[in-house]
Amino acid sequence: MFSFTVPLGKLVRAVSRLRGGGSALPGLVVEKIDPGFMQRTLSSLPHGVAVVSGTNGKTTTTKMVVELLESQGLKVFTNRTGSNFTRGVAAALLGEVDWRGRLDADVAVLELDEAHAVHFVNKVPPRYCLLLNVLRDQLDRFGEIDATALLLQRIAERTTGTVVLNREDPRVARIAAAVSGPEVLYFGLDQSLRSTFPNDDDMRAAAPGTSPLGDVPASPEADVVLRRVGADDADFEFDGTRVATHMKLRGVYNIFNAAAALVLARSITGASGRPGDAAKLVKALSEVAPAFGRGESLTVDGQPLELVLVKNPSGFRLGLKSFPAKGYASMIAINDNYADGRDMSWLWDVEFDSLREDGVEVLTGVRAYDMALRLQYDEVRFGSVNTDIPAALAEFIRGSAGKPKRVFCTYTAMLAIRRELSKITTVEVVS
Amino acid sequence: MTPAEDTAPHASKGTIRVLQLYPREMNIYGDWGNALVLRQRLLWHGYTPELLEYNVGDDFPEDVDLIVGGGGQDSGQVVIQEDLQARAEQLREMAEDGTPMLVICGLYQLFGKFFKTKSGPVIPGIGILDVETVGTDERLIGNVTLTSSEFGEILGYENHSGQTSLGPDVEPLGTVSKGAGNNSKDNHEGARHRNVVASYLHGSLLPKNPAIADFLIRTAVERKYGAFVPGTPDDDFARLAREHAARRPR
Repeated sequence: MFSFTVPLGKLVRAVSRLRGGGSALPGLVVEKIDPGFMQRTLSSLPHGVAVVSGTNGKTTTTKMVVELLESQGLKVFTNRTGSNFTRGVAAALLGEVDWRGRLDADVAVLELDEAHAVHFVNKVPPRYCLLLNVLRDQLDRFGEIDATALLLQRIAERTTGTVVLNREDPRVARIAAAVSGPEVLYFGLDQSLRSTFPNDDDMRAAAPGTSPLGDVPASPEADVVLRRVGADDADFEFDGTRVATHMKLRGVYNIFNAAAALVLARSITGASGRPGDAAKLVKALSEVAPAFGRGESLTVDGQPLELVLVKNPSGFRLGLKSFPAKGYASMIAINDNYADGRDMSWLWDVEFDSLREDGVEVLTGVRAYDMALRLQYDEVRFGSVNTDIPAALAEFIRGSAGKPKRVFCTYTAMLAIRRELSKITTVEVVS
Repeated sequence: MTPAEDTAPHASKGTIRVLQLYPREMNIYGDWGNALVLRQRLLWHGYTPELLEYNVGDDFPEDVDLIVGGGGQDSGQVVIQEDLQARAEQLREMAEDGTPMLVICGLYQLFGKFFKTKSGPVIPGIGILDVETVGTDERLIGNVTLTSSEFGEILGYENHSGQTSLGPDVEPLGTVSKGAGNNSKDNHEGARHRNVVASYLHGSLLPKNPAIADFLIRTAVERKYGAFVPGTPDDDFARLAREHAARRPR
């Protein structure tokens, strides 16, 4: 069937790009004119659609899944603009389909935030879903975390083939009980690593693992288990074999999500139990580079400058744990725009003791003074406080010449910092 | 400046025992900040803080001077409810006796007479505060500014779907100029009774509102030692954080 949807959408997309506009507008136009466009296009894919959702790590995990599948020779459609809502998916589709509306891909792997994922799966039931975690993030948008867990459960209920769950997050693991049709697979952690990943119930709990939710099903068998994390390598176990591999990704949470990506990629490609394919997958995994702002390293004045995105207490805690302060000059940039979350309370659920010895050079962002107040109460020294990000960044770079640098930043602060850095160094353009 | 320098070793002016109520379940968003602020400010004022925890099933500690309790998920409230009822008598006596207390969000609601949930069931409170709460579909979310005759301007952030109305035996904590507060109808926020301060300004209310922290500390010290001899905490960053927060949108 020929329709005007695709040509019109492509035209809007081209025009809005010329204007330098947002990535979702053309998708909005297409949705209004032809609500069936997305469903029709995606349901024709031989391996169907996989949805990746959860609070932390969606972008990096989606990137890993895509690269793992591509290493197996699959053509993958993904929404890599980070426009992770339904209209964003429709807009990304418009960039990829031919003028007849056909998508040249074997499978779609889509990153969707919890609330938008529910809208999406109501339109397009996915064959696979991967649910990473439920942490306190932007409660001002989603209400309480129990409500967020229910959103993830809706995604699982609409999934037709395989549901991949985080065995170590009680709110995610419990979703298994609500799923009757599809197969359920888990990714898991070695016992020795569990204390590294406090879930939100453990945050102030005396004994880790005690959950106020009551019974969590006894630990089920996981398809892939992360056994060990080293400085630049990790051990994964699957099909009864432990495999050691080098990793380009930094940060323990990224490496745990690599286990998640492995489960999904093994399931989509049917690689479980085939040692040759498993070796190829692990090799591909070792080569995945961080997504932008997720521990990415740039070069400024001959020294590395790392950007670590922090957007909720668990992420900030893991960020501090994964990237030790020793030998680094640090800056913290805290904004409170809508995409960051307006509420600053979360800073009080992060402990900053690990920064006490080396201190923090510069604090910036709209809420730089909230951060200053937070550090004052944790008795962490800091240098200057300046809400103006470009000026603060320039001062940070000037003041810590000859030292490796690290910036912990919220989402919109990261965008501002990347924009500034692109004027003085090479920053990968993310379209 | 380092706060540690302000607390160079002097002889302690006394010990204040601060009890966190149900920190395991009732800690939804930054509640630890309130306990941390009380601990540090006690130090900065020259007193020795002792931070205690009370969780479901624990023995209730003796000689508690100050109580702080936070907000929880609905699931957390269900877990603590029975235990809280078992402690109701004791907590009521302490409140009537003048023990300073700060209760936020979920524990504010449960310190009231009841919480009628959206789905129907009524969770009984412990009746320290003459307030009633009804669950609704509307979530009140965003930055809040209110004015209190006791504490001046109070800044914070709210996120709740329970709407609370005050009875004749409590005073509001303040009058809202930005945001919703207790409910979407009148312009009251929080509740005051004896030395109990209750508020929806969730989690970390005290860092940016040191006047409330110092009221709780002063009251605890005066009850125990007769007179409060304040130190000189450096509140420059609290003042600057308040100025910037006040300019942010709802």
